[in-house]
Amino acid sequence: MTTISSNPAETTALRFDLLTVAEFIQPKEKVLDLGCGDGALLRYLIDRKGVKGRGVELSEEGVLACVRRGVSVRQGNLQEGLGDYPDHSFDTVILSFTIPYINDPAFIIGEMLRVGSRAIVSFPNWGNWRCRLSFLFTGRMPVAAELPQAWDSAPRARPLTVRDFEEFCLRHRIRIARKISLQGAQRIAAQLGENMRSTTAIFELR
Amino acid sequence: MISCGIWIRHCNNPISPYIPMTYSAGIVQKQFFTFAEDQPMPLDSGETLGPITLAYETYGALNAERSNAILIEHALSGDSHLAGYYSFADKTPGWWDDCVGPGKAFDTNKFFIICSNVIGGCQGSTGPGSINPKTGKAYGLNFPVLTIGDMARAQTHLLDHLGIHQLLAVAGGSMGGMQALEWACSYPQRVKACLPIATTARHSPMLIAFSEVGRQAIYADPNWNHGDYYETNRPNAGLAVARMVGHITYLSEESMHHKFGRRLQERARYGYDFETDFAIESYLRYKGNRFTERFDANSYLYITKALDYFDLANGAHNLAAAFANSTEVIYLVISFTSDWLYPPYHSKEMVSALSAAGADVTYVNIQSSWGHDAFLLEVNTMTGLLSNFLNRIVDQFHISLPPAPSVEALDRAQAALEQAQRAVQGDSVGVDMTA
Repeated sequence: MTTISSNPAETTALRFDLLTVAEFIQPKEKVLDLGCGDGALLRYLIDRKGVKGRGVELSEEGVLACVRRGVSVRQGNLQEGLGDYPDHSFDTVILSFTIPYINDPAFIIGEMLRVGSRAIVSFPNWGNWRCRLSFLFTGRMPVAAELPQAWDSAPRARPLTVRDFEEFCLRHRIRIARKISLQGAQRIAAQLGENMRSTTAIFELR
Repeated sequence: MISCGIWIRHCNNPISPYIPMTYSAGIVQKQFFTFAEDQPMPLDSGETLGPITLAYETYGALNAERSNAILIEHALSGDSHLAGYYSFADKTPGWWDDCVGPGKAFDTNKFFIICSNVIGGCQGSTGPGSINPKTGKAYGLNFPVLTIGDMARAQTHLLDHLGIHQLLAVAGGSMGGMQALEWACSYPQRVKACLPIATTARHSPMLIAFSEVGRQAIYADPNWNHGDYYETNRPNAGLAVARMVGHITYLSEESMHHKFGRRLQERARYGYDFETDFAIESYLRYKGNRFTERFDANSYLYITKALDYFDLANGAHNLAAAFANSTEVIYLVISFTSDWLYPPYHSKEMVSALSAAGADVTYVNIQSSWGHDAFLLEVNTMTGLLSNFLNRIVDQFHISLPPAPSVEALDRAQAALEQAQRAVQGDSVGVDMTA
């Protein structure tokens, strides 16, 4: 009997930012991962924390990979994925590296906080000093270190910074319960020029 | 004739590169089970039916805990012959041979697979063409009108007979998917996983319209004689037209372009007459005529009627309530992008209702140009998807599987089968001229 879940290569290869997101999750939580890709994070959370996980993913390739990992997933867009769930159906709703791709972040995050008790949002930070210098000296749109894609590759990503997101939360009266900044695979101390230093930002919203 | 089966039969197996998909389920036998002899079975219409015979086939072996059984449901024109051959002389394998067998999506090395002909059918189960014990003549239109629920109810008797309390999974495409849904909602304690494929939770007005056109074609055949034709000529012309209409709905415009285009059949130029000009005409006529050799017109009427009555929500707007009792069942819902008969939004509606009800549901909308038939043709994607999902269910419930046979043993069995087939059929083995 072969089990997909017991393949150690698939769980230890989890990206550092996803490992950090995983630290937010308590054992046995109900977790919804929006834009869950190949289901690596959900598989990790199911194996290590015994969570009840569900994913939403647009691509057929991602959905098939999730099924290969034994993760429950719905193919569709995030609006479809969220709209059906009753209020507070989940403990945590995760939006990992997906916010640059969505058209209506206010609506999606509002929905995340409706169906979940809390939301975890992570994104590559274009406010990082390398991006700033690159823009200044090359005159070309900066490429985030953690999301290295050209401006014209699909799907199109809209850059945002830590400060942009904080301002967005203030404007929409979304409470930031916790914030973690990563520089590559290292956590950096908060409040010390994080918009300048961090390459990845992780926010817990309530 | 055009073959839709040959090109897919020899592709690589996505589960394991070492297991080619050419292993056959081998020689199988149709079996019969009769029940409701003393006490007739109640039907959704309020009538009763008995005795009832179900024709069925099984593949693979039941484990000691009797927990590895999968019930596969057939579609409108299908039967219990899921996979393999009835004899060495048999040229055509069962209808889902591409997905059922050793190392295939529904792996007969792992699972005990059951498929039964629906009641109302004409391939060995009790239907309008069966002899009514009260009159000694065929039922004809005296046969009670059935529902998908009645079909599933009859199958519960078969599972009781086989000593299977709970199914690992119930799966089916099209009408088979409706039966799978019916099982999960009516007998949730008897099902661990449900796989509705290219189907709907309620038959739409467009589907009812196509059913009605098929039925009208049969009514209009003078041989039909209000269903009383078993001792005279059969309404084959009407049934063939019904089948032709059905076949159009199973294809897509793109697949028709691809398979037929505007090609002429056995002619170099237009005939300017009413003989067959185009390849698509020839294909439909052939399919229609072939169908009358194996199908009973009255069964077509009864089964399409059962399809039309199918509505899991029972007329209510809220489909989620229909799934309220089956939230412990794990669902895999599959649709195909070019299926306009059971379009993806039918599956999405089902998935929305299941999510709202709190069920564990996985939904995949497979990119395909084959129309409704895609569920039989997208073998590569389906094999990976179905086997991975079933592996997960096996893991989750700690199902013990029978020891897997070695590749050598499978190769030997396959070689022996092919040798025996060649001995009977000569060199035409594996060339299915009828597909």
